[in-house]
Parts: sequence; structure tokens; C-alpha cells
Amino acid sequence: MTESNPLQETIAVKADHLYKAFGRRPHEIVKKLKAGKSRADISSLGVAAVIDASFEVKKGEIFVVMGLSGSGKSTLIRMLNGLWDTTSGTVTVGGTDITGVSAKELRDIRRKSISMVFQHFALLPHRTVIDNVAYGLEIQGMGRAERLAKAQTIIDLVGLAGWADNLPSELSGGMQQRVGLGRALAADTDVLLMDEAFSALDPLIRREMQEQLIELQAALGKTIIFITHDLNEAMFLGDRIAVMRDGRIVQIGTPEEILTDPANDYVAQFVQDVDRARVLTAVSVMEPVRSVITKTAGPRAALHTMRDLQTSVTFVLNRDRSFAGIVRDRDVLKLVKAGETDLRGIIRDDATSVSPETALVDLVEPSVESELPIAVVDEKNRLLGVIPRVTLLAAIGNVSTNTGALPIVMPPATISVSQITEILGETADDTQIDAAGVHA
Amino acid sequence: MNDFRIPIGSWVESFVEFITDTFGFIFDLVRAGFDGAYEAVEFLLGAPPFWAIMLVLGVLALGIRGWKFAVGTVVGMVVILGVDQWDNAMDTLALVLVASVLAIVISVPLGILAAKSTLASNIIRPVLDFMQTMPAFVYLIPALILFRIGVVPGIVATIIFAMAPGVRLTELGIRSVDKEVVEAGQAFGASPWRILRQIQLPLATPTIMAGINQVIMLSLSMVVISGLVGAGGLGAQVIASLNRIDIALGFEAGLAVVILAIFLDRITASLGSSDSGGFFGSIRRVLRSRRVTDAVAFAPDTNPAPAPQRARV
Repeated sequence: MTESNPLQETIAVKADHLYKAFGRRPHEIVKKLKAGKSRADISSLGVAAVIDASFEVKKGEIFVVMGLSGSGKSTLIRMLNGLWDTTSGTVTVGGTDITGVSAKELRDIRRKSISMVFQHFALLPHRTVIDNVAYGLEIQGMGRAERLAKAQTIIDLVGLAGWADNLPSELSGGMQQRVGLGRALAADTDVLLMDEAFSALDPLIRREMQEQLIELQAALGKTIIFITHDLNEAMFLGDRIAVMRDGRIVQIGTPEEILTDPANDYVAQFVQDVDRARVLTAVSVMEPVRSVITKTAGPRAALHTMRDLQTSVTFVLNRDRSFAGIVRDRDVLKLVKAGETDLRGIIRDDATSVSPETALVDLVEPSVESELPIAVVDEKNRLLGVIPRVTLLAAIGNVSTNTGALPIVMPPATISVSQITEILGETADDTQIDAAGVHA
Repeated sequence: MNDFRIPIGSWVESFVEFITDTFGFIFDLVRAGFDGAYEAVEFLLGAPPFWAIMLVLGVLALGIRGWKFAVGTVVGMVVILGVDQWDNAMDTLALVLVASVLAIVISVPLGILAAKSTLASNIIRPVLDFMQTMPAFVYLIPALILFRIGVVPGIVATIIFAMAPGVRLTELGIRSVDKEVVEAGQAFGASPWRILRQIQLPLATPTIMAGINQVIMLSLSMVVISGLVGAGGLGAQVIASLNRIDIALGFEAGLAVVILAIFLDRITASLGSSDSGGFFGSIRRVLRSRRVTDAVAFAPDTNPAPAPQRARV
């Protein structure tokens, strides 16, 4: 027990082998499913809405359950707060097993630990905005003045200041869902269940609400379990995503894992249409830098590198391996011809450098503006990798990356190999220079 | 085959005789209670001078629906007075009020029960079908035996005849409350009783009020029939005019019934819609907004809400 206690503290909600079947004899259905029968096999007995779902949601995490309609996600979320009984399996909320407790205990858990936001808002139409927001507090037994004061701060927080005394019917859909969100936040539970919360809103409002949700989550640190059928929404919101199909969870992972390493063909097909540019980040698509030298290596080393790799550009690093800039073959050639030994004069800083977390969508513009690969640097300005334009296009277009090295990753050489070799030979005053400065 | 006969009729007769003998004291109690209630209401409506009643009904009409309806009500009452049916109309009104209130008190909880439990619904529905379709006169016979001649058998027969739509529409109203809103109540930990009181009943109110409206309308039509068992009022006038082939009396009494019916129908229909145009409605709206603002203003540690901005986001 001593070992599991710290672990339990970080787990907000745990689902353990959940089953939910509808029909005359649900337990028989579950028994058959456990024995290995498929959903189609038991269709004469009833419907298996959720089959063997297990997952753990960490505190402060946004956990998204994604699936098409009929995949069992709404049933799943309703088992997490006991709105529907589980046919088999257990749900643990904040360390308390909520399956099989009395109705009164269950109400107590819902008041204190877990609140919910609904697809069609589910506001009380005969109550004003502030009374709706204060509803959870009212049920918790808080006094009228105190709960209205708290509700007012929440109303300001969700951006509804000035609407407190209106009825929900006087509000637009997006604003009504803000009331729904406010009601759940006011109850001040650790866990928030959101059942297709933004699906009924039009796309612009939806995006705004998603962004606001992330801000609120960062500020309040709630654990959020979010149900959606919209993969883009799942990818945008989710710290981790569970993909459901036909009642089963087929994969749980971070958005990137699901996108880059789908567990099966279904997930792969599903993620095919996702807006990859918004989900994938620079670090997940960047390539190792091959054409790179240190600043002190000198122009001849730079020219060697470029000849060997057939490129017109090489990246230059400072001694501490931080990113200094780039040099171009023509400039280096001039320097070599002139017999200079210092690269510093010709280092250009016109290569774009980005942080590893930059979304691909933000790389498109710099990539279009310059033929140079984009440099990916960490917070200490160390060069982690580069993203050539073709790599970016391949990543956004979901071109398979397992076909070996891409043919062109750097701007092609503009000066022929023979020419460079000739010049290197002409100017060779000693033979010590080779690829000493190359850091592949 | 001529001797094939199912004696349902005699069974029911024996049954009624049995309960008359065994539970007579209960029926006497019920009779006394109903009689008392009727006498009290009848006294309230009959004792004051006609203009006082007219004034009260007029103000009620003004408050609930507006001034046009108030004028119509007063004109209607003057017509009833003019055809010399005022006292009879008040008797009938008292009968309708007592019977409807009792029918509502029985039918709404039954409707709630039927909405909550499918089993109860399955039992109640055929009983209601029976009560509604059995010819209304038939109730009068056992009612007459059990409660003897007078207003009480009329009230009892009226209740039985009129309560079906109250039960049905209450059940329908509660069952058709948005499931998600009920789930919201559950998800925030509200008890079933609280969900009923704060969510299901308020949201079902328009439907329930439509049911109550129907109960009152059916009561009014049955109350006339109960003139047959000596219930008095306009019903007795209609029966008397039928016996004497008195067209003039029949029409005047009938007209008084129609005026009462229109009055009761419009009043109850307005109560059903939450946003009634009447004077009371506006008062309620003003009170509602003031109550909320006050509570916020008196609450500790709150910034007062900025002035409402009417622009939609």
C-alpha cells in the first residue's frame, strides 16, 4: 500500500476493464465478450456499448476520448460519474471506487469530485445565467449570497460579465456553453467531464472555446476528460487521446504517437484526414544535420564538406555548438581563391531558426520564403536538426517516411564538383585539411 | 347458446352493494368532506353581492391576461346576471372548482408516478382508458348509491371523468423534459426529489397546465350532467328545461355555461405559458431581476457586474 499511495495521488480517474451492455441479460453478454466473442456475435442478445475499456487519467491532464458516433464514447463517459451503471469493471475517482456505492454516496461524489458539461448545454431554461452557474453550489448546500458571489467571479472568468441576469434563451450557442462550462467550474470539482461539449457550436466559436478551455485548464489545473468525434479537436486539446471503435479502445497515446505511429489500419485511416500541420511539431519531423562545420574550421573545410555532400550551403556552429549561421558555396569559393582562412566574414544569418515545439503550420511561411532548410534550435541555441522544404511537405502530406533517405535534403550544389576540386587543388598549400571540421 | 351469459353487470352490482355495506362509514366521511368543501366555496361565491364577485373576477382577468380579457369577463358576467342565472352559475362554478381541484390533486401525483415508473404507467394507462371512455352517466349510478342524492355524487363522478387528461399530460410533460437537463441535475449530485422539483416540474409546467386546463373543461361539462343526480346549479336548469321542453331556459342556462367555460379556459391557458402578457407577469419579471441583482450586490467580495451589454458575441 505504501508504494501505491503516491501513485494514486497522481491518478485522478481510473477505469478498470469497463463493460457496458444493453439488453435483457447484460451480464450474459459480458460473459460471452470476455470469452472472446465479438460484438457481432452477441448482437442477437443486445448491444455491447463499451467493451473492456481500461485507462488512467492523470491529475491535471486533458484526456480525450475520440470515436465516431456509436463507438461507445458517450456511454463510457456516463459510467465515469455513475450516470450509468457499469455492467462489469470498476471506476475509481480520486481514489474512491464509485461502482456499487449507494445512490447517496454517488451523489456525494458527484457534488465534490466530478462535474460535467453537456453537448446541448443542458441549462435550466427557467433560471438566469447566474442561477445556472450557481446550480452546483446550490446542491452542495452553499448559502445564496455566497454562491452568487462565487458564481459571479466564474461568470467573469468565462467571459460572460454583464449577462448574469439574462435567461439562457437570450444567449447565443457559444455563450450558452460558456454558462455550461461555468456551471461545471463553479462546482469546483477536480475532474471535469465534457461530453461533445463543443460539437454543437459552429467552427469559429468552437476554436475559440477550445483555446479558452486550454487557458482555463492551465490556470485552474483541472483534470478534464473530453469526448469528441472530431479528430482535429482531439489533437488540439488532448494531452493523451484514447481512440474508440465499436466499443473498444483501440489506442491510447499522445496526439503525435497516434499520428505517427497508429496502432492499426483503422486509426491510420482515421488520422489520414487530420490537420497534421497543427499537430506535428518541428522536433518530430526534423532531420539530422549533415552539412555542418565549426566556425574555426576554415573555408577549405567548408568547401570540402559542400563538395562531398553536393550542397550549396553549410551550417556553421560556434565552439560551444550553438548555431552561428550559414555559409554559401560561392562566398566560400571566393574566400578560398583569395587564400583567406577566416570564415567569420561570410557567415550569413538569413536561415530561419525555430524551437522544437513549433507546429508545422508555422513553418510553412519561412519555408516558402527561403530555399534554405529551417534550423531547429533548443533554448540554448544549439542546433538540433534541420527541416528542408521537402521534408516539411512530406510530413504535412503524410508521405511515408520509411523509404530511406530522401533524395534531396539540402539546396543542391550550384558549383560543379570538378570545379571545386580544381580550386581546392590549386590552392592546396598543405594537405592537412580534410574533413576535420565536419560534424556529421 | 341462448343461455350463455357473462353476468358482469350483477358482479359489479354485488361488488357495489358489498362496499356500500362494508365501507359505508368511509363514504359517509368522504361525503361529509366533499359536502363541506362545496358549501364553503359556494358560500364564498354566493354570499357576497354580485358586483363584488364580478370585480374580483375582472381583476383576476386583468392580472393574468390583460385588460381586453378583463372587459370581456365583466361583460360575460353581466350577461349571466341579465338572464337571471347568477346564483346557479355561482353554484356551478363552486362545483367545478371543488371537483377540479380534487381531480388535479389526485391526477398530478399519479402522473408523476407514471412518469417515474414504467410499471405504474402500464397499470395506470388502461385504467384511465376505461375511465375516459365509459359513458359518463354510468358513474352516476354507483355514485348515487354510495353518496346518496345531492352534490357529492356529482363531484365524485366529475373527478373520475375529468382526471384522465391530468394524469396523461403530467406523465407526458415529465417524460418529455430534455433528458440531458435531467442528467445535468444528476451529474451535479441533485437528489431525485430535487430534480423533480427544480427541473422536471418547472420544465413540464406548460404541458401539465394544458392537462389542468382539460381537467377543468371536462369538469364543467360533467357538472352539467350531474344536474341529473340533484347537484343543482346550471346543470339542474338544463335538465329542467329538457324535461319541460323549455327552449328559452335551456338556451339561457347553456349560454351561462359557455361563458363560464370560456372564462376558465382562458385563465388556465394563460397560467400555462410562463410569459403571460398580464399585469402579474410583468410584476414577476421585475421581481426576478431585482432579486438577483440585490443578492449579488449584498454578497461579500464581489465586483459589481458591469452594465449589461446587449451585443451578441
